[in-house]
Amino acid sequence: MSNISEFTLSQIVSGIKKKEFKSEEVTESFVTNSKKSKKLNTYITECFDQAISSAKKFDQKGDYKGLLSGVPMAVKDLFCTKNVKTTAGSKILNNFIPTYESTVTNNLWSQGAFLLGKLNCDEFAMGSSNETSFFGSVINPYGEKLVPGGSSGGSASALAANLTPATIGTDTGGSIRQPASFTGTVGLKPTYGRCSRWGIVAFASSLDQAGPMTKNVEDCALLLEAISGYDPKDSTSIDAKVENYSSHLTEKIKGLKIGIPKEYRVDNMPSEIDNLWKKGIEYLKDAGAIIKNISLPHTTYALPAYYIVAPAEASSNLARYDGVKYGHRAKGNNLIEMYENTRSEGFGDEVKRRILIGTYVLSSGYYDAYYLKAQKVRQLIKSDFDKAFKNVDAILTPSTPNSAFKIGDKKDDPISMYLNDIFTVPANLSGLPAISVPAGHDKNNLPLGLQFIGKAFGEQTILNLSLAIEKRANFNKNFKVWWN
Amino acid sequence: MKKKEFNYFINGEKSKWEVIIGLEVHAQVLSKSKLFSSSSTKFGADPNTQVSLVDSGFPGMLPVINQFCVEQSVKTGLGLKAKINLNSVFDRKNYFYADLPQGYQISQYKNPIVGEGEVVLDMPYGSKKIRIERLHLEQDAGKSIHDMDPNNSYVDLNRSGVALMEIVSKPDLRSPEEVNIYIKKLRSIMRYLGTCDGNMQEGSLRADVNVSVRTVGEKEFGTRCEIKNVNSIKFMQMAIEYESKRQVELLESGKKINQETRLFDTKKNITRSMRSKEDAHDYRYFPDPDLLPLSLEQTLIDRLKKDLPELPDQKKERFIKEHNLSAYEANILVSEKEISDYYEEVVKECDKKLATNWITVELFAVLNKKNLSISKSPVSAKNLSKLIKMITLGKISGKIAKDVFEKMQIGNKDPEQIVQKEGLIQQSDPKKLEKMISEVLLKNQDKVTQYKSGKVKLFGFFVGEVMKVSEGKANPQLVNEILKKKLK
Repeated sequence: MSNISEFTLSQIVSGIKKKEFKSEEVTESFVTNSKKSKKLNTYITECFDQAISSAKKFDQKGDYKGLLSGVPMAVKDLFCTKNVKTTAGSKILNNFIPTYESTVTNNLWSQGAFLLGKLNCDEFAMGSSNETSFFGSVINPYGEKLVPGGSSGGSASALAANLTPATIGTDTGGSIRQPASFTGTVGLKPTYGRCSRWGIVAFASSLDQAGPMTKNVEDCALLLEAISGYDPKDSTSIDAKVENYSSHLTEKIKGLKIGIPKEYRVDNMPSEIDNLWKKGIEYLKDAGAIIKNISLPHTTYALPAYYIVAPAEASSNLARYDGVKYGHRAKGNNLIEMYENTRSEGFGDEVKRRILIGTYVLSSGYYDAYYLKAQKVRQLIKSDFDKAFKNVDAILTPSTPNSAFKIGDKKDDPISMYLNDIFTVPANLSGLPAISVPAGHDKNNLPLGLQFIGKAFGEQTILNLSLAIEKRANFNKNFKVWWN
Repeated sequence: MKKKEFNYFINGEKSKWEVIIGLEVHAQVLSKSKLFSSSSTKFGADPNTQVSLVDSGFPGMLPVINQFCVEQSVKTGLGLKAKINLNSVFDRKNYFYADLPQGYQISQYKNPIVGEGEVVLDMPYGSKKIRIERLHLEQDAGKSIHDMDPNNSYVDLNRSGVALMEIVSKPDLRSPEEVNIYIKKLRSIMRYLGTCDGNMQEGSLRADVNVSVRTVGEKEFGTRCEIKNVNSIKFMQMAIEYESKRQVELLESGKKINQETRLFDTKKNITRSMRSKEDAHDYRYFPDPDLLPLSLEQTLIDRLKKDLPELPDQKKERFIKEHNLSAYEANILVSEKEISDYYEEVVKECDKKLATNWITVELFAVLNKKNLSISKSPVSAKNLSKLIKMITLGKISGKIAKDVFEKMQIGNKDPEQIVQKEGLIQQSDPKKLEKMISEVLLKNQDKVTQYKSGKVKLFGFFVGEVMKVSEGKANPQLVNEILKKKLK
């Protein structure tokens, strides 16, 4: 039954329900794959034995009521998991074992899934290539030297390589959508407030959202349904009805108006990205959608604003990692020295860089010029979208300005690394839902994704649009398993 | 009573100086749980037993506002006659310290929940308004303990996350005594409201004291120093006295005041420099992205306003108008909620003027002697009321009442039972009194002769003898009347 791992999440859920196979067989299949995947470096913590015993228990009990009954799932190591080490990809949390479970993972488990392991990610989700992890770079199954994108790079690689049937990541500036695009998978960042942030190691609180990463759109709808919901423990979560995304999923999108923002046609964008975008437009026209050219005039300011707001919040959010209460503690002759040593040893370069930027932009004398201005830009970007959504139902853009790049290519050039988020950050700054769906390949046969940005709580619409693309693009994984 | 003059000035060698004081009072909100978590706020628990994952800054933990604390601060704002802001914002105040688990304190910076208000002080030289600049909500930090081990510090997070109201006054205070009355008044208002227990020993009320000086007549303020975290009124007064003199000496010797934060050393009774303005923290305030802006419904404010209890100023006015008390008496009675509660219980069934006297003279003397608060009074309000009623009905004399009062203090005894058991009811039967008096006069024929020949001072002697014979029970007024008649 080695091919179970190639099934989609929906196929696995229904196969278990119909007793075509047991949860144990499913779990064994992913565990076997995972064990052979060391070269990809996707796992930080493996929970294979525990998963198999959970599967056995499930098979004995046979409770098929959940949306994810009997499904093993590895998740990004940014979600706190009870009694399972949670590192956020950082040395400073290398020994941290939470006594609590994040709301989102808890939602998975209460739908019948169980934990397969914790997946590698950029340190504190800060990165676009998964090269900043204390636990080493993750490799993209599309090539031994390729990054999977980041920060949810471990999740994307594990998913593409059939190490987990589906997974969840977090997206602060594109951390779900960009790796999804780099690995030929589907990744959705929900509306801000759709999923609880409680128990997720915080990077930038006003931008962070958890979201599903799956093999296809149908799975994405199912998993989104499972993890969404209001949580009184998160003051920013929103009490809006959770749709039955999977049962309402349809490719019938006739008459929907789709905006094409001219500002996303950036300088030096490879022609294959532009061509992909055009192809996407053709697919949508074919499905009966109405294409409208629109303008989002403040788009060029999104990336700079993002790289002020996100580090500012991060500099404060990461202050708690001081060696006093938990995590790594270095020696020092006094409190200040202990802090300095702990944080110097515990944090990697990219995290330090962002803490420095964040501290700087919040400092007195600079606050107005940077942080406050960035917040104003954020408002302008939001109102751009508000205006646009008066005339369109969703917006189509490329997910990334390029395909997966080589490990080390951008590591020493933060600006060029940051530019990878250029199409994804506006959705975070405005709190809107956005999805990346695989739509084609570049000349090197590397996957490329298209992005839909939807109205607040318009997840169903962008899922449906993505399904229409998926049906027409006939995207195929075209790599061979080389890492066994 | 003639009003006194305000007279707190520092006479330097060269000039006469005025002291300018502003207070930032930190009042712990009276609530069962903390500002952003459900941990208990009970005082005196073992270290780190009242700490949630939120209070200790664990990864992924998020604050959720305690609505009760919000209402408490709105009530306090209303009690300070202040503007309530329908929209306010929680900000992060970032700094590192071992007892600050998140690495920031959640506070309110630019947009506090309560705006400008006032507190009225009753000073011997008249009433004085102290303007309140703002009140904001914030979290308390934990406690660092440095004296348990020579090499390590310990941290207790029980206080971490407890709700505080920071009440900032304008620089309107001018003497240590005004500070004393201000703190007491503020404390009293909050205790009437039930929003802060005002317990200074337990740290529920502490203040940062801003002090500057200027020569009398000068309009501009001088450079101020902030004395951090003073936790008793006595220390505040001592700190102000020391600090203002220090500043005067510096200025008179031609030096400048450095704007700085100072500490009050309670062993030496001096203030010491803690950090200068240059070393001041840059707190990097910014709106807390984990919390939505706090918005209040006008209906909530209206409801809280409607349910507001009678506050000391209103109560005082009512006592003066309706109970015919003097301003002085009313002031004493309303100064603490427990005293006015006691008083109001007593006067339910007896004379108000007499009750005021008994409480402020006899009862206070006993409480002072035994070092008790009125809530622990050995005589209950109900029993004191009964005693006073017996006096006004003429059942016992004032003198007997004092003896009875003495006896009531042991086991809060019922005065009626004491009087009955010991047969202390006043003798007011004119026939019996007349008989008693006749006997006394007969026994003291010589003194009667002397009295009649002009030695009128002997009248007191006859009264005393009658009282002796009656064992103190004779109605003194009647005795006087009958004696006067008989000695004509």
